[in-house]
Amino acid sequence: MQVTSRHFKKEAHDALQDAKVQEAFSKVKTGFSVARAERVSELPEFEDLRDSARDLKNHIIEHLDFYLEYFEDQVLLQGGQVHWCSTYAEAREAILKICRDADAKTVTKGKSMITEEMALNDFLAANDIEPIETDLGEYIIQLAEEYPSHIIAPALHKTKDQVTELFHEHHQKYGLNERQTDPQALVNEARSVLREKYVAADVGITGANFMIAETGSTVIVTNEGNGDLTQSLPKTHIAVSSVEKVVPTLEDASTFLRLLARSATGQEMSVYTTFSTGPRRRDDIDGPAAFHVVIVDSGRTELLGTDKQDLLRCLKCGACMNHCPVYQAVGGHTYGWVYPGPIGAALNPQMVGLEEARHLPNATSFCGRCEEVCPVRIPLPKIMRHWREEAFEKQIAPKPERWGVGLWAFFAKRPALYRLATRVGAMTLKALAGKKGRLSKLPLATGWTSVRDLPAPQGSTFMDQWKKQQKRGQN
Amino acid sequence: MSADTETSQEARNVALFVTCLVDLNRPSVAFAAIKLLEQAGCTIMVPEAQTCCGQIAYNSGDRESTKVIATQVIRAFKDFDYVVAPSGSCAGMIKHHYPELFKDDPTMMVEVEELSNRTFELVSFLTDICGFSPDGVSLDKSLTYHDSCSSLREMKVKDQPRQLLGAVDGLEIREAADREVCCGFGGTFCLKYSEISGEMVDNKVNNLLATKADILAAGDMGCLMNIAGRLKRRGEDMKVLHVAEVLAGMGDGPGLAEGEN
Repeated sequence: MQVTSRHFKKEAHDALQDAKVQEAFSKVKTGFSVARAERVSELPEFEDLRDSARDLKNHIIEHLDFYLEYFEDQVLLQGGQVHWCSTYAEAREAILKICRDADAKTVTKGKSMITEEMALNDFLAANDIEPIETDLGEYIIQLAEEYPSHIIAPALHKTKDQVTELFHEHHQKYGLNERQTDPQALVNEARSVLREKYVAADVGITGANFMIAETGSTVIVTNEGNGDLTQSLPKTHIAVSSVEKVVPTLEDASTFLRLLARSATGQEMSVYTTFSTGPRRRDDIDGPAAFHVVIVDSGRTELLGTDKQDLLRCLKCGACMNHCPVYQAVGGHTYGWVYPGPIGAALNPQMVGLEEARHLPNATSFCGRCEEVCPVRIPLPKIMRHWREEAFEKQIAPKPERWGVGLWAFFAKRPALYRLATRVGAMTLKALAGKKGRLSKLPLATGWTSVRDLPAPQGSTFMDQWKKQQKRGQN
Repeated sequence: MSADTETSQEARNVALFVTCLVDLNRPSVAFAAIKLLEQAGCTIMVPEAQTCCGQIAYNSGDRESTKVIATQVIRAFKDFDYVVAPSGSCAGMIKHHYPELFKDDPTMMVEVEELSNRTFELVSFLTDICGFSPDGVSLDKSLTYHDSCSSLREMKVKDQPRQLLGAVDGLEIREAADREVCCGFGGTFCLKYSEISGEMVDNKVNNLLATKADILAAGDMGCLMNIAGRLKRRGEDMKVLHVAEVLAGMGDGPGLAEGEN
């Protein structure tokens, strides 16, 4: 997909003017966040669970090679195949080859962020294979030719009316000519269209929330059951995942599963948690004849050993964006690539380049709510700060910004000069403000005054007043 | 060092970290802090070599300048039992981010950790270390308290200001909705991304105004200047004060952005 992160400011401006975006994204505040808080309050060991999950992920990351090879061995033992891909291009080619070998005309897809990363749908379509998203949200944005604005609620930015029009436009070819406005009727209509697709599909592609090393299983969590139909009806199942999704044991997967839905949607568990282990065995009543796991790196292992390694713990639950006031203000698409919100601000510079994504780790007040709710305790603000450090070192940060900080630091490092500068500054601002006690305009401070008045200083600085007082005391 | 919660017989030797915003914009906050600390039985010193905690450089990615400024702070605040700042943000910088800044420098780390252990945010220092409660302070008003993100999340300050404000005679506390959501200040964030910051402060101001309280108080000047500035821009007369001013009996004076009445 086209990366538009460099236009963050302009996109943010537009999103703030857009009433539909504002309405859509204020929903996460009252929906997911409230539900999460309720689930957390019901589980006394929730905080301990977060510690365990963090430690477990750290252990996995330290032994990534071991567990990935272990996983591969088990998949092979179960009769499946593993495809290692360092880049998106390699992954797309691997998937295309599997599809071609299966003579695929249509492919159904369960929800998968990694296939969003590699823009798989466009690639398959360009190679005459029709991809059909089966998660309702993904299906809606596929029809709209858009990309997710939230990692677990991809069509969050769409209103019901927009969905009505989209379905009306795209479903008439199936003889569904009536405009549906009732949400349940819309769901039923999508379901009736998708049922046919499941049966007709030659290949089913899903993501994988976890790859379990001891059993060679992939795991998906869904609320619609679409993933099950996607992976068990077609003859070929491809699970696409990324290197950091491996977990040692079933027991370990359950630790993460206890956190995942609670953190994401505020459910105790998602409605469906589906384990896939190899292709259909002789005695199985259903299942695919072929089982492939495509494991993608695409820059992730470059994070190992760096100050951003903790990013590899991410479960992709979306709690960080559900609690982020910046995300709520500007919406998901403003971030300009697959991952929005705090995780996007911390991860996207690695995935699309710091120069392209430099705004993202800067456009945060460091309020810390994301870290507070992250189920695996990723220090998101700290990682964003590390990106700022890298941008500063590489002089990617704009010159006026660097000069401003430099000038300020020059004084801050020299207390005597600083006293002088603040003395002049305080008196000047006070004089400019006059009796009102505030300034509504100030050159070089339009960033401040475009939104709010600047409270004027009371008069002399504290340090000056204190010194005078101390002197008086001595006399 | 006496970074403990016991009440010692000898006066606590406290160095005030004034903070750059209080020094420049609102000295009355530092005077209020000194008054409260003295009432709580502390001896106050104000080291002269202080400018700022370095957070502006730190959050702008300029680690080297931050280290120079931090070293200056570490030296200036060496010989005191406690370092107290009327700000969760600056106290959090010294307490939590200095150790992060110097984590690869074992020679500095001893001093840094030692400083970290004796650094406190003002209100929580008054309650948790001094066992202080305001006595004979009265203010016949209603007040809503804004939690700054650093106070709340880094310094774990939540109940302490409410406890102290609750001891002011006649003062009625009204809680606002979404009280744990950021006001949109965020240091240079509010300058660089003023539109997003503007949306955040508007949401905050809406929630604060809904309480119909007379006064907004908080423990961080950054939030206070941001919120007061937006309130005034919108023509609202909710009075904005630092929590120390209210607790020190200065709640009748002019608020931020108000001039001299």
